[in-house]
Amino acid sequence: MFSNGPITPSQLSLKDLPWLIYWDKEKCQLCGRCVAACPVRAIELGTFRKRIVETPINNKKAHSNVYKVFYGIKQKADPAHACIGCGLCSKVCPNDAIIPYHNEEVDKLRFHINLGGQPRRRGGRRNDPGTLLDRIKFIRISMLTDPALDAGRHEFELRTLLGRVLPPEENLRLYKEEGWTPPVREIYPLVIGGMSFGALSPNMWEGLVMGVTYLNEELGMPVRMCTGEGGCPPRLLRSRFLKYIILQIASGYFGWDEIIHAIPEMKEDPCAIEIKYGQGAKPGDGGLLMWYKVNKLIAAIRGVPPRVNLPSPPTHQTKYSIEESVAKMIQSMYMAWGFRVPVYPKISGTSTALAVLNNLTRNPYAAALSIDGEDGGTGAAYNVSMDHMGHPIASNVRDCYLNLVKLGKQNEIPIFGAGGIGKRGNLAANAAALIMLGASGVQVGKYIMQAAAGCVGSESDRCNICNIGQCPKGITSQDPRIYRRLDPEKVAERLVDVFMAFDTELKKIVAPLGRSTSLPIGMSDALGIDDYHAAERLKIKYVV
Amino acid sequence: MCRLIAFTSEVPKSPMLAINSLNVMKEGHDGSGVGLFLTDLGGMFEELKEYPILSGIFTKEGMKTLDSYLMPMGFKTKYNHSIKVKKDPPPGVPKRYMYNIRAYEYPEDWEELSFEEKRHRLMMIRLKLRDMGLKDESMIVYSFYPDAILLKEIGDPMAVAEYLDLENAGLKARVVMAQGRQNTNYAINLYACHPFFIQGIASMTNGENTAFVPIREFLESRGFPGYVGYQSDSEVFTHIFHYMLNFLGLPLEFYKHIITPLKDEDIEIHPNKEFLKRLKHSCRRLIIDGPNCVIGCMPDKTLVMVQDRKKLRPGVVGGKKGFFAFCSEMCGLDYVLKEELGENNFEYFQPMYLDTVYVTADRKEVKKCSQMDPLRLPN
Ligand code: SF4
Ligand code: SF4
Repeated sequence: MFSNGPITPSQLSLKDLPWLIYWDKEKCQLCGRCVAACPVRAIELGTFRKRIVETPINNKKAHSNVYKVFYGIKQKADPAHACIGCGLCSKVCPNDAIIPYHNEEVDKLRFHINLGGQPRRRGGRRNDPGTLLDRIKFIRISMLTDPALDAGRHEFELRTLLGRVLPPEENLRLYKEEGWTPPVREIYPLVIGGMSFGALSPNMWEGLVMGVTYLNEELGMPVRMCTGEGGCPPRLLRSRFLKYIILQIASGYFGWDEIIHAIPEMKEDPCAIEIKYGQGAKPGDGGLLMWYKVNKLIAAIRGVPPRVNLPSPPTHQTKYSIEESVAKMIQSMYMAWGFRVPVYPKISGTSTALAVLNNLTRNPYAAALSIDGEDGGTGAAYNVSMDHMGHPIASNVRDCYLNLVKLGKQNEIPIFGAGGIGKRGNLAANAAALIMLGASGVQVGKYIMQAAAGCVGSESDRCNICNIGQCPKGITSQDPRIYRRLDPEKVAERLVDVFMAFDTELKKIVAPLGRSTSLPIGMSDALGIDDYHAAERLKIKYVV
Repeated sequence: MCRLIAFTSEVPKSPMLAINSLNVMKEGHDGSGVGLFLTDLGGMFEELKEYPILSGIFTKEGMKTLDSYLMPMGFKTKYNHSIKVKKDPPPGVPKRYMYNIRAYEYPEDWEELSFEEKRHRLMMIRLKLRDMGLKDESMIVYSFYPDAILLKEIGDPMAVAEYLDLENAGLKARVVMAQGRQNTNYAINLYACHPFFIQGIASMTNGENTAFVPIREFLESRGFPGYVGYQSDSEVFTHIFHYMLNFLGLPLEFYKHIITPLKDEDIEIHPNKEFLKRLKHSCRRLIIDGPNCVIGCMPDKTLVMVQDRKKLRPGVVGGKKGFFAFCSEMCGLDYVLKEELGENNFEYFQPMYLDTVYVTADRKEVKKCSQMDPLRLPN
């Protein structure tokens, strides 16, 4: 812009952006890799004019100006091309000549990111780095009277159950009468939460499935992975690996045509069916796969035309009332697999979770309840939903568990907690805290993307462009030129690393508490927190 | 760590045998308390087996409250064996007015009732009395049940026994269980003392139950009025016995399958795989953790012992036909067996971590079953 030119309201300067680029002219060799790689075209080749004033020392010659042109990297300031701080430019630069850094000033971009009247949509996570789970400590350390156990040498039983667990009397009666008993799966308490084929790239999916298979078949860890809403690759549906998969059905029913047709050819039953009623990242809002990512393959699996936006309705169309819908859906899903597969709903964290739970306790088929707290992540959502909607997971899980205790049905309907577990890297500690608050297990997504695939997204609004298919790491892209960056074998390897490390850490938590014979679900006497009100609310100890 | 001794004998014995054994094991407990459970009674109680016996500690006021509660209901004292100590207690033992051991005649209108109903009512009365005595500590009620006596007190077992003159008190029983306490609670509450008792079942342990809170929550939510108390994390062991026998109708061999189930891999190769899987799933909330040797006595006077999954608290069993003892310590067992059977006149062994060992009331032999053994399923 010229100094005397007009200015429009949304004309920003670099100083107004959240992420700025530092570029070093000395180091830059003008290879152009950064410009080519930048997922949002935030930088371009710049032609700079430079004036050098040459002043002779002895005044014999007249003063003169030398005009030079040089080339380099220029950052764009318009909102559509604002840098997202992903750091890919820096990664591809052979000379480390470029790096993004966070503007210490609160950005002005946020006021202009709704150009055209379209509010901001993005992928990723809630932009709040803190989590209450990190503040929960494990305080009941076994000392003297009961020796702490040896995480390295003792035997541990850390599996959990997914499925409707009958009260002992009822279960034994049905055994005698040879009556139908709800299916129950013995699984690892850390479940890979629903990330759809479509949201994730084929390479990412392949890597995850390979890793999960290795964990099951080579390491004997019954790890399960949920498909999210988007169906399941046809070959996987017809393979023996389907038993490691939790198929998700959501309000768009994407992919279910394919799944239903594959049932007669299935070699194994899936682990379970998850009916998604809500998710933590966009509570009360349906799934959203933006057109950029709907290529031919995705379109085929989901049964839709390519290159259209795929917003799922916020609710199941069969829904007249939640009771009816849940009952109907659960029953039809049970029926589809001959009552051999557990079916459970997933809801977003909400202050009405208890009402849902109470309904489920009266439905003899409901196999579990999965609750996705406000910190849940996503491939695409409105920013406002992500940052401001939803309920924290800790108190939601705790309330539900204590409600079940009141009814005498604790662990009969296993509660699975999700959303922000391990968001600051403390996966095992967060998971153990939730389990001791009453969860039977936890589901994680973002942590897996970060640890197993190198996602660079963060709670300080770094990257988070999973929605537009330009994922710098190839995790959430459907463009083969991009996702070929991600080697599925390496993802599988890292996934195995993550679970093995998690397993050791979990033992390092439960062993000192004197627990090894069963997963310490609801062992709230082991928990403390340094916030009086949080302690009161969660009914755990207040410690300072 | 607490010390445990229990024996079952054809001939009724004085509880002093158990107290002496605790004394031998003294290095291991700090003398902070002692608990005694006697059943299959001999002596004066031999003839009174069907009459409920009330055991507890009472103040003068408490005795009055007790009488004014039980009398109008129609309970009449049949036989009183209470201990009223005149002298001052030894250091560490509180002064009490009365150690009440009293057999009652049932009210007349109870005559027609089934035993099932009677024992329920007895339990409700015990709970009521316990409640009434809680505030001013005028009544501490351990049991109200036929053929069962409980005695618990703070202090060194030997000192307490001498103080109460148990030697000459004339108490005798065929089954005796005793615990010498290592105090792990800050304030000693008599309701936290072992053995625990409910409807003919008693049990005691010597460890910590680290899975206490979820188990307590499960038992409390069964809607059974007797599942209360839990001043000690070990009381749940007794109640799990009770729950298994009364609610699930399962015999003794299943106890260990409930509190420390087999690993999934082992269940897969067990002949009763289908049943055990269900039991493990449904009773997951009753799985105990932490080190424990559990010694229990069933309503049919079977004495039983199991250990935690890792056998962190081992137990030892020995004896011969007619007399068997279970103990947490070799030296305690050795003492009792030598005393009773004479040197080299008995055998003993240490059960393995999957074993349940028990001696039925015929006292012919020690029976042992491993969790890997096929089960006789109840029909
Ligand atoms: S950090 Fe990412 S978005 Fe920013 S300029 Fe570099 S590559 Fe582009
Ligand atoms: S790296 Fe990929 S998956 Fe991670 S936040 Fe960026 S776009 Fe999303």
